[in-house]
Formats: sequence, C-alpha cells, structure tokens
Amino acid sequence: MTLEKPLTKDIPADGRALDLGGYERVGGYQALRKALRDMTPQKVQEEVKNSGLRGRGGAGFSTGLKWSFTPMGADAPRPKYVIANADEMEPGTFKDRHLMEGNPHQLIEGLILTAYANQADIAYIFIRGEYKFSEERLARAVTEAYAAGYLGKNILGSGYGLEMYLHVSAGRYMCGEETGLLNALEGKRANPRAKPPFPQVSGLWGKPTIVNNVETLANVPHIINHGAAWFQSLSHTKDAGTKLYGASGKVKRPGLWELPMGTTMREILEEHAGGMREGLEFRGALPGGASTDFLVPQHLDVPMDFTEVQQAGSRLGTGTMVVLDDKTCPVGMVSNLIHFFAQESCGWCTPCWSGLNWAKQILKALEDGEGKSGDLEKLEFQAKFWAPGHTFCALAPGAAEPLQSALKYFRDDFERHIQDQCCAFQRR
Amino acid sequence: MGTIYVDGKPYEADAKQNLLHACLSLGFDLPYFCWHAALGSVGACRQCAVKEFKDEKDTKGKLVMACMTPAKEETRISIHDPEAVAFRAAIVEGMMLNHPHDCPVCDVGGECHLQDMTVMTGHDYRRTRFEKRTFRNQYLGPFLYHEMNRCIQCYRCVRFYREYAGGNDLNAFGIKNTVYFGRSEDGVLENEFAGNLVEICPTGVFTDKTLRRHYTRKWDLRMAPAICGHCGAGCNITIGERYGLLRRVLTRFNSEVNGYFLCDRGRYGYEFVNSEYRIRAARLDGQPIPADGAAQKLKSLVSGGKAIGIGSPRASLEANFALRTLVGKDRFFAGVADDQWQVITAMVRILQTGPARSASLHDIELSDAVLILGEDVTNSSPRMALNLRQAVRQQPFEIAGKLHIPLWMDDAVREAVQGVKGPLFIAAPGPTRLDDVATKTYRAAPEDVARLGFAVAHEVDPAAPEVLDLPSELRDLVRIIAGALKSAKRPVVISGPSCRTESVIQCAANVAKALCDTGRPAALGFIAPECNSFGLALIEARPLSEAFQVAEDGDSETLIILENDLYRRIPHEFVDGFLGAVKHVIVLDHLSNDTTARAELLLPAGTFAESDGTLISSEGRAQRFFPVFAQQTDVRESWRWLGDPTWSTLDDLLAALAQALPQLAPAVKAAPSSKFRMAGAKIPREPHRYSGLTSITANISVVEPKPPDDPDSALAFSMEGTPDQPPGALQPFFWSPGWNSIQAVNKFQNEIGDEIRGGDPGVRLFESLQSGAYFTTIPAAFARREAEWLVVPIEHIFGSEELSLRAPAVAELAPAPYLAVNAGDAASLHMEEPGGEVEIDLGSIKHRLPLKIVRELPGGIAGIPAGLTPARGAELPAWCRISKAP
Amino acid sequence: MLTTEERQEIEVEMARYPTREAVCIDAMKIVQRHRGWVSDESIRDIGELLQMSSADLDGVATFYNLIFRKPVSPHVIMLCDSVSCWIMGYDRIREHLTARLGIQFGETTADNRFTLLPIVCLGACERAPAMTIDNDLYGNLDPASVDRLLEGCK
Ligand SMILES: Cc1cc2nc3c(=O)[nH]c(=O)nc-3n(C[C@H](O)[C@H](O)[C@H](O)COP(=O)(O)O)c2cc1C
Ligand code: SF4
Ligand code: FES
Repeated sequence: MTLEKPLTKDIPADGRALDLGGYERVGGYQALRKALRDMTPQKVQEEVKNSGLRGRGGAGFSTGLKWSFTPMGADAPRPKYVIANADEMEPGTFKDRHLMEGNPHQLIEGLILTAYANQADIAYIFIRGEYKFSEERLARAVTEAYAAGYLGKNILGSGYGLEMYLHVSAGRYMCGEETGLLNALEGKRANPRAKPPFPQVSGLWGKPTIVNNVETLANVPHIINHGAAWFQSLSHTKDAGTKLYGASGKVKRPGLWELPMGTTMREILEEHAGGMREGLEFRGALPGGASTDFLVPQHLDVPMDFTEVQQAGSRLGTGTMVVLDDKTCPVGMVSNLIHFFAQESCGWCTPCWSGLNWAKQILKALEDGEGKSGDLEKLEFQAKFWAPGHTFCALAPGAAEPLQSALKYFRDDFERHIQDQCCAFQRR
Repeated sequence: MGTIYVDGKPYEADAKQNLLHACLSLGFDLPYFCWHAALGSVGACRQCAVKEFKDEKDTKGKLVMACMTPAKEETRISIHDPEAVAFRAAIVEGMMLNHPHDCPVCDVGGECHLQDMTVMTGHDYRRTRFEKRTFRNQYLGPFLYHEMNRCIQCYRCVRFYREYAGGNDLNAFGIKNTVYFGRSEDGVLENEFAGNLVEICPTGVFTDKTLRRHYTRKWDLRMAPAICGHCGAGCNITIGERYGLLRRVLTRFNSEVNGYFLCDRGRYGYEFVNSEYRIRAARLDGQPIPADGAAQKLKSLVSGGKAIGIGSPRASLEANFALRTLVGKDRFFAGVADDQWQVITAMVRILQTGPARSASLHDIELSDAVLILGEDVTNSSPRMALNLRQAVRQQPFEIAGKLHIPLWMDDAVREAVQGVKGPLFIAAPGPTRLDDVATKTYRAAPEDVARLGFAVAHEVDPAAPEVLDLPSELRDLVRIIAGALKSAKRPVVISGPSCRTESVIQCAANVAKALCDTGRPAALGFIAPECNSFGLALIEARPLSEAFQVAEDGDSETLIILENDLYRRIPHEFVDGFLGAVKHVIVLDHLSNDTTARAELLLPAGTFAESDGTLISSEGRAQRFFPVFAQQTDVRESWRWLGDPTWSTLDDLLAALAQALPQLAPAVKAAPSSKFRMAGAKIPREPHRYSGLTSITANISVVEPKPPDDPDSALAFSMEGTPDQPPGALQPFFWSPGWNSIQAVNKFQNEIGDEIRGGDPGVRLFESLQSGAYFTTIPAAFARREAEWLVVPIEHIFGSEELSLRAPAVAELAPAPYLAVNAGDAASLHMEEPGGEVEIDLGSIKHRLPLKIVRELPGGIAGIPAGLTPARGAELPAWCRISKAP
Repeated sequence: MLTTEERQEIEVEMARYPTREAVCIDAMKIVQRHRGWVSDESIRDIGELLQMSSADLDGVATFYNLIFRKPVSPHVIMLCDSVSCWIMGYDRIREHLTARLGIQFGETTADNRFTLLPIVCLGACERAPAMTIDNDLYGNLDPASVDRLLEGCK
C-alpha cells in the first residue's frame, strides 16, 4: 500500500520537512549510491527511458528521450547543466510546492541522479520567489547534502562531482517555460528562445542543459531503486507511475493526492475531493492547470493520463484540476484566466502580446455587460490565432485552450452576457 | 542552391538561407518586421508566416514563420494559402490595435514599412473598440525624435543598437503589450550609430530630428546618389533636396562598402550645406561680384603665370585635377601638412604595391582576426568600426556551425556563442570605443605601437626585421597576436593616420606582408583621413612645404587654394607667412573660414550636394557623386570654376584626367557617362509621385518651366524617365511598387543583402599586387621626459571633422577642448581632482585647458581633441610643457 | 553606495554563475531585501559592480514583478488574483482589503504601513483565497481572518 505513493509517503504529516537523517532512514540516497556504484550514466538513462516516465511539468514529454539528446562522452561541450524547474506558476497548480516543502532531499537526489545520467557538472534549482518555505528547506537540504558528501567534487568517492545551486526567481510565469528560464538564469529578460536548437544541445550559456520539472525529478530515485517495471506497474494505464493530482474550486475537500496514473476524474473528484460542495453541481474543470481545455460532465470517467485526456480534447497538464461549479460564471472564470495570460505575456511575439490583451478587453466588456454582437467571433478568432506554431512559445497556445473550450461548452453563458448586457451569476 | 516550391512552382534558392530571404530574393512580396537582412531572424513579429507542406501529397500543411525556416531543398510552401494570408492580416491587425492613426502628421508617413505591410496584408478595417495604450516619449539628443506610441514591438531597434552596434543605453523595458523601447532616463543616445534607428525602425518611433526642422515628404524630395564626405570610408548615401535646402541623408546600400548603415556623422553632418556661413556669391576684396566677373578675374590672375595651386583632400578628383591642370603639375601641392602627407602617400604606395589586398569594409566585416594599430576606429573611420564589431563574430560562428545552427538564426547563434568573441587586438595611444570587444589592448606612444607591430611581423615571419630590445612583458602579447593572426583564415590589419607617424603605417604593412608571405591572405584596412585623401595622393601633388618654398623664393604671384582651410592644417604663423608671400590669394570653398577671410578673390564652390565628382575611398574605391541641386546661384563646382575651357562637360574632364594620370583611368568608369540613357531617357532624380512640379511658380506664371538641364550626368532634374532600375552608381533613391520605405532596397538586389543588381557602385583602383619589401626602420622606444608630455591628437567623431562640425546637430555633441592625462600624471601635476585647468605650451602660444583624467592613457602621453583648438593647425605629436594653471 | 553586507552577499552569488550579468537579478533582490526596493541610485551602484549599464539592469528589473522599482512600505500584502482564488471569493477579500486599508492595488497606505499588490497564483489553491504578507502565506481567507492578520502586523 505505501509503495503505491513513492513520492509522498514519507512526507511528515505535521507539515515539517523530512530532514537528511529522516530521508536516509526511509532509504534516501540509496538510489544515488546504487547508480554511482553499479550503473553507468547510460544505464541510468536507459532505466528512466524504459520506465516510461513522462514530464510532469505539463507537456508530458518522455524524460528518457529528452536525456538521450544530451551530447555524451569526452568531446561533449562542458560544463553541462541540469535544472530543476521549480517555478510552479501555472494557476491552479500546487503540487511541486508540496514535494519541496515536505521532502526536499527527494528532489535533490533526483536532480543528482539526472545530473549523473547526463554527466552534468552543475545543477540549478530554479524556484519561484514566493515559495519561501520551499526555498528555506531546499537551501538547508542542499547544505546537508554537501556535508554528507552527496554533492561536491567527488560524490561518495565515485570520482563524479556536481555543484548544486538554488536560484530564487524574481517572478513571471514565463520563467517556467524552459527556455525563458534559461534566459532568467543568465540574468536576462525571460523571453523564450527558439527551438531548435534544443536546450539539451545549446542551453544555459550555450551549453548542453536538461530542464525537468520537480515532480518528474522526484520520481527518478524511485525508478532507480525499484526499476522500470515496478514504475510501469504503479499506473492504471499506459502512462507509467503515480501522479500528484489536485483539485481546487468549490469541492468539499480541495487538496492533493498521489494516485496511480490514469485515475479517473470522477474518482479524484468524488472519492478524494469529497464531491461538490452542498447545493452545487459540477459544470466542468480544467484538468491540469490554467492552460488546459475544459472537460465537462461527459468526461468524468476519462482516466487522467497524458494519452486519454488528450483524446478527450484536453491535456493532462500539471494534473491539478480547477473545478467550475454551476453557480460560478464561466465567462468570469475565462476572463480571469485570460487576464492572467495577457499580463504574463513576455511581449515578444505579436499574437500573444497583442491578441491576449484584446481578448482580455473583450472578456472584461462581456462581464461588465458591455458585450457586443461579434465579440464571440472575435474571441474564437483570437483563440485560433494563438495556435501552436503561430506563436513563439507555448504561453499563448496555452491561453487558447480554456478560451476555445469555454466557447464550445459554455457558449450559452457567453451569449446571454451579450443579450442581457450583464452577468447573471451572483458573485459573493 | 536547391529547388524549393512556392505555390506549386519550382524556384532556385540558397539552401543555407531561410525562406523569407529566399522569397524576397525571388521577388515575392512577403511581409516582415522583425527580420532584417543585416540582423537576421528572431521570429518575434510572426508577420512572415507561410504555409509549409510536408511533401507533394500534403494538402493541409501548417503555418511556419518563413524567417525561421530553412530554405532546404524540396521545401514546399504557399504564400497565397488563405490561412497564411488571413494570419498575416491578423498580425498587422494586432499591431494596429495600439498604433495611432497619425500617418498624416507622422514623419515617416508615405515611406513607412508598417504602412506598406498594412496595405500588403490587406488589413483595412479596425475591429476593436478599446483604448490604445499610451507612453511618454523621451529626449534622445540632437539626432532623434522618440514617439513610442507608434511602436509595434518588433525589437529591431534594440537588436541593432545593442547587439549590432554595441550600445548599452537603449533597451526594452516592461512586458506584455506595453514593452517600452528607450533609455532608462532621458538623455543623448551614446552610440555613434543611433541614427540608423531611423531606417531600422519599421514605423515612426525613431525619426530624424534634423529633417523635422525642414520637413519634406519622401515623394517631394529630389534625390541623388552621393558619397559621404565626412571621412575616408566612402559610404554611399542618398541625399534629398527641396526648395533649395538639403533635407536629409539616407543610407544608399552598397554591399562592399557601407551595407545598410551609416554613422551619425555621415547622416547628420549634411546640414553644413544649408549653413548661414555658406559662400553663395563670388567676392573680390570682400565685395560681391558677379560670377562672370569673378571667372574673368581668375583668368587674369592666373594668366600672369607663376600661379601655384593647393589641392584638397576633401575636394573631388575632378576639382583637384582641374586645379593641377590650370597651374601645371609641378605647381600643384597637397593641402595637407607634410607629416600627414607622408603617412597618406605611404598608405597609398603600400596598397598599390601589395602584397596585402586592400580590404573593403565588407571584407573587414568577414575577417576572423583583427589587429588595429594606432587607431580609435570609431572616431576616425566610424563605419569601419561597425564592421569590426561584426568581425569578432566570425570565429565564434564556428561554435554555432558545430551545433548546426544556421547563421541567420540570430538569437540562437548569440545564445550558443554567448560572449565569445573572435580575436581583435588594439594597440593605440589611448582607450578606444572598440575596447569592449577587444581580446587585448595595448596602450602606448605611437612609436611603441609601431614597435609592437614590427615585432608581430617578425614573429609571423622571421624574415621581417626584428625589434631587438622589446620588453619581456610585450613578448607574450606579440606571440598571442601573431598566433591569432596566423591561425586565422582571413586576417586583417587596420591602421591609419591618427598617430601621424609613418612607422605605424609601415609596421602594419609589415604584419600584412608577413602573413601574406607565409601563406595567409591577409588584407590591409587603411584609414584615409578625409574623403579624398587617397585621390589627392594619386594625383601626385607635391608636399605643401615645397609650396611655401616656392612662395618664399618669390616664384609665385598667385596662390589658388582649393576647398581647404590651411589654418586647420598647419600652424597659423606659417599660413600667415605663406599667404603674405604671394600677391594674390584666390580661395574656392563652401563655408567662410580663416582662410577664406584672407582671399582677395573668393569663389563659391559647390558642396557635394551641388557638384559632380569622384572620390577615392580608404579601400581605393573610386566612387562618383552627383548634385541634387540644380544650379540656382553663382555656386558651382570647383572644377567648373577652374576647368579648362575645352572641357564642356564632366566627361571631357574625365577623359583628360584618364590621359594625364593613367593610374586614375579606371576611376572614370566609377559611373556611366553623361550620355548614358535608359529607354532613351535620363534617370529622374524626382520620384514618380513628386508633387507640385507644375505649381511651384504658379503664382507668377502658369507656364511650366523647363526642368533645368544637367549636362554632366545621365541624371535629370525631373520626374520623367523610366521606372526601371538604373546602374547602381546612378540610383537616386530606392522605391518600388508597394515598397515605399527604405526596405525597398530588397527589390534592387538579386540576393537579399548581397550586391545591387548589376553590381555595386564604384571601381577598385588597387588590385595589381606585386610584392613590396619589408620596412626596416624601427623607431626607438618611447622615453618619457621630465616635465614634458608627448601631446597626441584624439579623434572625435563629432568635432574633429571640419564640415560636419558646421552642422548644428553634430556641433552640439562636439567636446569642449580638454587636455587628458592619466591619473598618475595628473597627480604629478598636483591635480588629483578633476575639474582643474592646465596650461600647455603648444607652438608659440600658451593655452589653458580643462584637465580630463583618462585612466587608460600611458604615462607621459597627453591627448587633446583633434581638429579643435588648440590641436587645430598644430603639429602633433609634439613634446609640450604642461603645468597646473595658476 | 552599496553596503559592505550587500556587496558581500552579491559576491557570494558571483561564485555561482559564470558571468557577472547572471548575478544581476540576485543583486537587485539582495538590495531589495535590505532596503525594501531598488532605487535608481542602487541600479547605478549594482551596474558599476557588475559592469552593466542602467538600461541593461532596468530592462531586466522591469521584466520581473518581484523587483520593486518604487518604494514600498514595511508590510507588503500580495493577494492572489488567479483562477482558484477567484472562484473561491477573491473579489470579496479584495473589496475588504481595499476598503479597510483605503488603498487600491499598487498603492501604499497613508501611514506607510501597508503596500497592496496583486499576485498570480501562489500555489495555494487548495486553501483559496490566499495571500502573502511579507512573503508569509495565509490561506482560507475571510474578512475576519484578514482583519486578524492585519492587526497582527507590527
Ligand atoms: C508559459 C509556460 C510556463 C511553464 N511553467 C512551468 C513551470 O512553472 N514548471 C514546470 O515544471 N514547467 C513549466 N512549463 C513547462 C516547461 O517549459 C518544460 O516543459 C518543463 O519544465 C519540462 O520538464 P518535464 O519534462 O519534466 O515536464 C511551462 C511552459 C510554458 C510554456
Ligand atoms: S507566446 Fe510569444 S509573447 Fe507570448 S510569452 Fe510566448 S513568446 Fe512571449
Ligand atoms: S519577420 Fe519572420 S517573424 Fe518577424
């Protein structure tokens, strides 16, 4: 039973962090010892690839495949970098914070293993500025890890060395986008970079760089300890492992749960979140943060994994869902989301900086009862305008998802705003 | 080259380029904003979207940004695909959400790239009802206006200013739809190339402040191809005139010379043409006389015989040749101080004999290792400095190459390469504006700069003479420099006249020869101090001091001074003596100055804007310029005042020139002759939309006056003629259907960014490369003196050049005179604190100057700004006593 | 002038990055930690240390929302305005805060005790609505708990 929650089982219930001693007592750093002792970097890469681990930062890209692009061997450019993406700014998402506050060493061990697998020399943890506890606890844990010989020049006498630094961000959603993150780390404006070249080839300071999400990295020690087959077995579906699922909005018990990958939305909502609050009906949810398409009651039995959610017309994203009830205005909700995206646009590409602002203005007008006929067509036009490939990075395409799906599923509400020249929902 | 398919049809395209480049080269109208041929692609604006198909069977396709997609063999795209068309219109719509509808009052209205692209994409209806964002504008100095509300966030300005030109006081601030492009606070833009923002900005955010003072629309300008006269680089410019005023200067693309850019001296120096100090009528003893009378007087003064002529490095070949012909070749002298003349003639001789090839500015940009000897290039040949800034990218490009990043992917290349810069070494008496990209700098007295150069040559080729007593700490530097040059594929050595020391030129020649002799095709980039210094040298003028001798010996009664203020060149007591030794002084010039004040007969000489002529640039490129003004007053070309009566047109003069001076014969071909016609007609200087042609004098007469004739060139002072592309040398302006802005230049190139169709203007004169011998005279090391300083001139882009200093905007940025020493020397003068004044004995006079502490100056060296009092006319470098002013 | 302490802290950061430029965000945050905000003068001082122009630094500073280029009061309140908090009653908390403090977003109270700013999702959606005071996180807010928190601020 406990093995089914590898990521969270050791997190103390009292809100404190597991310290080094505690972490070692539950088997911490055994994976690192094992890898350094028995496994070549290639072997670690292989194990992770075979495990089927897919990135938990939102895009679900195969972690092993990502690593396989890193130039290896003696003529690979140096230094190489690995980065833990701990920026967690996707609205509705609160999973990485839990992992960092509760078990910082798990992330550090995962990051060291990732570094070892890619023969990296330097690791950064890029953490958002508001995560004060995470920052403090990670800082302490890094110090502990250095003191215990898990970091530094010659880790556990293996000859492999790694330096690890914490970088506390100064804000902005764009810093979570992996190439924006690179620019932020370099002390620049966090505009995204063109891909190709991919960071694995030309990343931080032009050197090979791997960027992975906190939850992704936290899985790595367990995969090394228990093997790829075990990791596959944790899941209900094809996509391997467990997943930190969350629910916020007007459910009875908002929260975060580590469950087998592929747990249905219904189970998460009804069993773990306790269902909707009294007197409220479920109208829909963003399954994985602000930049995913709404799913609606007909999708409740969709297993929440990368493949199935995509088939249902959305994305698993971060796996933390935001629930819309029948007394909350979908137009207001989308307006809030688009406001967020417009405000966080880095200002680099035209569809994003210009289109998001326009959509924001239209949605505000709708909310204020100043909608005009033709507004919905303009919004639809904008959502198409922000399609992947049209913009430079995935921020605006992410914004398109809640907007286009809301226009599809809640079109009546939008139309009523224009007809009635007001919002029919009561706000508290 | 490979085949790409555009809307179903096959075309040849350069596979190493991107699709936007390919489409534009093929002549398609594909709109863009953030891309620029010189700046590469960053994919920000998303304007250049096209549909790309995987293969023949793919009918769905997907939108890609043409500028970010390689033009690989077998690429299939559609420009006309409805989705692509709609997307491009939506991009312009997105930009226009914020852009004010102020075209009628905007300075770039009618030549605005945003206007053109808006029309091209077909966006014509405003669908938003919301307010636009507004910004506060900044004061940016005398050259540029700032109107941020017009910004469309294409990032071109900061990319040019910061990454291309090396400036750091302009940036993008803030995010989302309110990114602000400006300075952190109001103030003069520090970069010497800021003026290019006028052409870089695709709309009216950065506009020409000098133009605003006498504003004219592009379509109302009469334009002509000209050559910038404010230094020796020979940048090609387009000049525009209306109602007797010169209105502005724009870049005239020449891929071998200035490409897409100019320096701010070249762009803004033009206003001297409109100066209140212009000499517009002939004067005899200070009294105006009619032109005929003046010509008569000239004739009679010269026919007395015994006239001598002083030529000018800022006058055309034609003007100098006319004077030389008038006075006889033995009585024609260089209007340049002897030490400078030595340096100039040495450079020309070296370039003529080789073995190193004279580098064009474009060659310099492509060099992968650079040694600069004795020059602060930004201040002495500004445009070349911009090329040198790009040269340091050449070696690091290999890093990007290894990562398979195409070089046009500008940001990706910069991110891959990070701060890595190719080898560039600067040895100069003081700090230079390229120090920030230098691998190493060496600051030393001119003779020590020369010694370093000689030592590098010897290190490269032991056959070159050795510098025996080189200090050991310099030996490492010598090895590093020699190593970098030797391992380069295209090394270049830059030197010039700023040190006024011939050995600096000679050592540069030795380094270049050493490289060439050991199998590395090095080029030499010499800097001609003035726009026709090299032309004057090729005309074989005699040294100026010999003219003094002739006058002193009483061998001459009449002295003719051509476009030259001798008081700027040699100490005033010499000039006074010289002018006093002859009976008659005749001066031809544009602006009144100390020399014109001494003229008995003063003739109003046409400026570059009123004259035809040829200039020989630093590269040794002969280039022709043409007047934009039809003759209205008594102002005329110097060559016309002085010319042989048998020459009725410029062609006649040029024929005589070719005969008299075979080394200059190719210069005649710098542009087609006056007989050249296209479709039987001359080439119009006025654009097809020129307005008011028939109403200019309508208040007086409704009869249309016949346009003035131009006997000397194939250009007409009218709007009639064919719209076809003339030869590059005769291109009066860039304008093409749908392309009203300067971006129209795309339509005049075969390959975008490459030469003008039919060949870039100009003819190179130095190509016959035999092998010269090594120079063997190595100067003794600099030894500082007790209580004396070696005073050297410090060049200033704004201030050191004579004519641009008479343009108000440039003058505003000229430094106040100062004397600079390093902190240690300041202390030895008991002047640790800045702000004090020193006294300096220079020539016969004591001058008082504010002291400036320049950390990087070597001990024992003091600098004063070139061209400004007291350096003006002084013989420098000179040993001077300096003391704290009482 | 940067204090010795600020300078030392910035130098520690310098060891962690290969370029000076990379330190600039940390440097500005260090100064802000000591002084509450980053003044023009601080920008110049940091620029001198890192060999960057004011425009270089300001271009960066104005990108990031957690670098304050205007003075703030000792207590900075950041109220989450993102989606989960919005659903859970952000509007009510904002109205309460602005009424009680007598200021709007981006403003500082007349007694210079509180500055009120909006912030994007704090990653506390399970206890929405949420806000931070001086970077300490508080969730499940209602007007009464907001009042208690404000009173708790010295
Ligand atoms: C606008 C934007 C914001 C993002 N923010 C985050 C983030 O805060 N945390 C994160 O892990 N990934 C974020 N991502 C995804 C990253 O770009 C990247 O895909 C991820 O860090 C890769 O890690 P993974 O493969 O382990 O998921 C963001 C992407 C975009 C487009
Ligand atoms: S979509 Fe464009 S403007 Fe938006 S954040 Fe990405 S690059 Fe910046
Ligand atoms: S020109 Fe291609 S994206 Fe701007």
